[in-house]
Amino acid sequence: MPDISVNFCGVKSPNPFWLGSGPPANTAYQVMRAFDAGWGGAVWKTIGEPIMNVSSRYGSIDYKNERMIGLNNIELISDRPIETNFTEITEVKKKYPKNVVVASLMVESKQTTWHEIVKRTNDSGADLIELNFGCPHGMSERGMGAAVGQVPEYAGMITAWVKEVAKIPVIVKLTPNVTDIAHMAATVNAAGADAVSLINTINSLVGVDLDTWVPRPIVGGASSHGGYCGPAVKPIALNMVASVSHHPKVNIPISGIGGIGNWRDAVEFMLLGSTSVQVCTAAMHYGFRIVEDMAEGLNNYLAEKGMQSAMELVGKSVNKVKDWGDLNLNYKVIAKIDPEKCIGCNLCYIACEDGAHQCITAAPRPFGDLREGTPAKHMPQIKEDHCVGCNLCALVCPVPQCITMQEIDTGRPPMNWRQLQESRGKNPTCSMDELLAKGASTH
Amino acid sequence: MLDSRLFTLIFAGLFDGRGSVAFFAFDRLGDGPNMLKQVAPRLTPEQYEKNFSDINPPLTQSQALEEGSRCLFCYDAPCIKACPTEINVPQFIRQIGTGNVTGAATTILNANIMGHSCARVCPTSVLCEGACVLNYENKRPVDIGKLQRYAVDSVMDTLKLFEPPADNGKKVALIGAGPASLSCATELRRHGYQVTIFDANPLPGGLDTYGIAAYKLRASDAVREIELVRRLGVEIKSNVLVGKDATLVELEKNYDAIFIGIGLGGTDDLGIPGEDLEGCIDALTFIRETKENPFDKVLIGNKVAVIGGGNTAIDVVTAAHRLGAEEVYMIYRRGEAEASAFKYEIELAKKDEISFIWQAAPAKILGRGKVESLECVKTMLGPADASGRRSPQNISGSEFRLDVDMVIKALGQSKKTEFLQSISGMKLEKGRVVVNAETCQTANPKYFAGGDCVNGGGEVVDAVAHGKKAAAGIHAHLAGKAANMRGTHA
Ligand SMILES: Cc1cc2nc3c(=O)[nH]c(=O)nc-3n(C[C@H](O)[C@H](O)[C@H](O)COP(=O)(O)OP(=O)(O)OC[C@H]3O[C@@H](n4cnc5c(N)ncnc54)[C@H](O)[C@@H]3O)c2cc1C
Ligand SMILES: Cc1cc2nc3c(=O)[nH]c(=O)nc-3n(C[C@H](O)[C@H](O)[C@H](O)COP(=O)(O)O)c2cc1C
Ligand code: SF4
Ligand code: SF4
Ligand code: SF4
Repeated sequence: MPDISVNFCGVKSPNPFWLGSGPPANTAYQVMRAFDAGWGGAVWKTIGEPIMNVSSRYGSIDYKNERMIGLNNIELISDRPIETNFTEITEVKKKYPKNVVVASLMVESKQTTWHEIVKRTNDSGADLIELNFGCPHGMSERGMGAAVGQVPEYAGMITAWVKEVAKIPVIVKLTPNVTDIAHMAATVNAAGADAVSLINTINSLVGVDLDTWVPRPIVGGASSHGGYCGPAVKPIALNMVASVSHHPKVNIPISGIGGIGNWRDAVEFMLLGSTSVQVCTAAMHYGFRIVEDMAEGLNNYLAEKGMQSAMELVGKSVNKVKDWGDLNLNYKVIAKIDPEKCIGCNLCYIACEDGAHQCITAAPRPFGDLREGTPAKHMPQIKEDHCVGCNLCALVCPVPQCITMQEIDTGRPPMNWRQLQESRGKNPTCSMDELLAKGASTH
Repeated sequence: MLDSRLFTLIFAGLFDGRGSVAFFAFDRLGDGPNMLKQVAPRLTPEQYEKNFSDINPPLTQSQALEEGSRCLFCYDAPCIKACPTEINVPQFIRQIGTGNVTGAATTILNANIMGHSCARVCPTSVLCEGACVLNYENKRPVDIGKLQRYAVDSVMDTLKLFEPPADNGKKVALIGAGPASLSCATELRRHGYQVTIFDANPLPGGLDTYGIAAYKLRASDAVREIELVRRLGVEIKSNVLVGKDATLVELEKNYDAIFIGIGLGGTDDLGIPGEDLEGCIDALTFIRETKENPFDKVLIGNKVAVIGGGNTAIDVVTAAHRLGAEEVYMIYRRGEAEASAFKYEIELAKKDEISFIWQAAPAKILGRGKVESLECVKTMLGPADASGRRSPQNISGSEFRLDVDMVIKALGQSKKTEFLQSISGMKLEKGRVVVNAETCQTANPKYFAGGDCVNGGGEVVDAVAHGKKAAAGIHAHLAGKAANMRGTHA
């Protein structure tokens, strides 16, 4: 049986699944319920000077029958006294010594204040510290959260202050609301951070009520921008994790966050370089029980792949993310429709016709109903010599595996754009196509 | 035959709140205890309501959104092509999804003014839903009928479908206020024609009001739907039997064109002894009773034999059962596979515990003054005839008797040949009006025709498609323009 435990900055976690800092990890009661359900760790709801929250606090995006594919919140950090949180952390660690408890911290940007709270954390029994440099709303107006995380100098400075007194490893949680998150990761790495976690929520206005014209969530006739998370943000988070993994000056572990709801999502984050993953929205949506399948699914996946440990996954896909200029221009796929599977919806046709390259034909459908006999299945045809292999039809086709992209042998050796540029420089009189036909190996 | 006086109903255009159109009806059960050998036990009002409640209850908003989200929004969608009126199904379902329900209803009603009744009565499994691409994946097709109902129901009472243009000075008369004429009249109003519909019945709607099973469509809902047509300026003159109360000569003189949407007549006779006994009635008369009277006032025997194998026979057996008859037989000359009723209709009757007697023919009805029993003979299927259908032959000596109180004839409907032949130059084929398939023009160029009188008995949606086509044909004829066949292929 594979080992799904992970080692994060020297801290062992029974599995890579941690609750992210947020409402599900607000109290000892919840965190203990989560550990009972099978979560490996929990990042406590950010601790700091207690705040006041508004109501309402959340807004969401639904898509067809799916609720909450994107969640937006205007909630602040913990509204409970600092001391209560630490007492509870101690209590939880006593009862669950094998599970990981991370204390998420945010205080005003003064060295003494940071020193004070970090020292208090050292004594609490927490395994790790996470610095919340990410909260994009409310706290940032008070010079905390994203206000720190968006300025590399501040982030580096506070990381250094924390490291002066911290006796346990320090994770810096990064905000996605920056131009280059990898640069931010490199900055805190240099300042002594032991790990980074990303992403925090993305600046958002989730929608506007069409009757009152007030954006959601509505607080007494007005709203405020909030932070976006949930399934909708996963691709953004994955890209950010990959870019941090790639950065030559980042050499510390990553805790991946953003839209994770099941083991598949978690594996993707791990493949792109995360050692642990954090989940907030999915736990808010469905409760702690989702972790059961996450653990079992990961276990089965590792077994199927013949892997011994979840740690083997970490970073496996990082080198497969390349610059566009390194992609082989001579690789070609075209769409193929499986006539057995096709149901004749014509969605591929109209997508290609209006939204891509006019490479599918479909005859007008004849009139007729079943009283006149069963009509023949009406199927579009791919114009194979025209198909540019963009994938659009395969993506819109509602039937799984009906349109597949099949590799075509172009007979040309691989050549990427960089190589093509070089080759152009050397052979200024040749056409692009001639150069591509020669491939990279010949010049 | 039943005393015709007892069938005379006095209408005041009022509804009794339960959907039937009775203003006043004799209590035939108390009035004539000796009219039937035995009447079915009466049910409680709640039980009648339950038995005749909507067979396809309406969707809630959340059901509609969930069901609508199953639609793939196919391009050049097969469901459109399988709807005789070519309703843009993916479009209206998408409009439900965006919360534009008025737009959804408009999409439907612009293609099919009877969208409300069609949503309830169309045999969707052989029309739009039968063509839905989800069937190819062995998935349940999108419930188009129910979504259509959801969209139309919500705005039907207030929607003004379009603002008719100024009168173009031409007048068209329509005979019959069934779906064919109502659809034709609506389309003609788009072009500014003055239209007047004449109908022999007290209420408009044709079989929509008087013929379609009550658990699919109540008469009150059928009439409600017609308000939508009236709001467009269509005049409907009820209680006018053309040929008697108004003459064809008058119509020809006063109108520029005439549309015939007269449907079909009563059911054919069995041609066996005993048909004149009390308690032997015609299916359409019986169904009409269920549509215009409170259910507890409908005369129904305790044991009922229904003759026929079509959808009408199914409507009759299910109605008889739901009215409380304890034994209902459906007797058909051929086998189940040969019956013309839709499979889902037969399944419905099976759920109602109807006793099917396949391959048997009625031979004579016995009784002193009123029906007491029905003698049948077993049949076998002979060789295929010219039409490819195997005709049944009686097996001599196989006679058997059923103890019944009522015999209801649900054979094919007769054609209104006599009336049609009174129109000069009209060409008929097997009693059906012969029309130009593109324009619905008859052999007499002033006359156009559509619906059951042309196709010999189809569905409501076919009659609506004909009406649209005929309107285009009339417009082309009178305005000298090419007919624009806006979305029909019936
Ligand atoms: C029992 C039964 C059940 C049915 N169930 C369904 C169903 O579930 N779904 C479905 O889609 N279809 C059903 N149909 C078929 C459907 O009702 C018809 O196809 C449709 O009503 C035909 O419309 P129409 O306008 O041609 O004629 P009709 O609806 O028959 O209307 C004809 C009208 O013309 C009037 N008329 C006739 N002669 C004259 C005259 N000389 N002067 C003035 N007025 C006249 C009549 O009074 C009548 O109102 C059913 C039919 C029957 C008989
Ligand atoms: C209601 C809510 C409150 C949150 N509060 C905090 C917080 O106090 N501290 C913090 O670091 N992140 C907070 N987050 C961000 C989450 O920890 C996480 O980074 C983000 O939601 C993305 O993960 P997800 O898609 O799994 O939700 C909060 C998120 C939500 C939805
Ligand atoms: S999208 Fe898929 S199922 Fe639909 S027509 Fe194209 S190939 Fe067939
Ligand atoms: S009118 Fe009838 S056939 Fe046409 S879409 Fe509506 S339910 Fe389907
Ligand atoms: S065929 Fe089915 S899925 Fe496609 S548009 Fe019509 S109802 Fe929707």
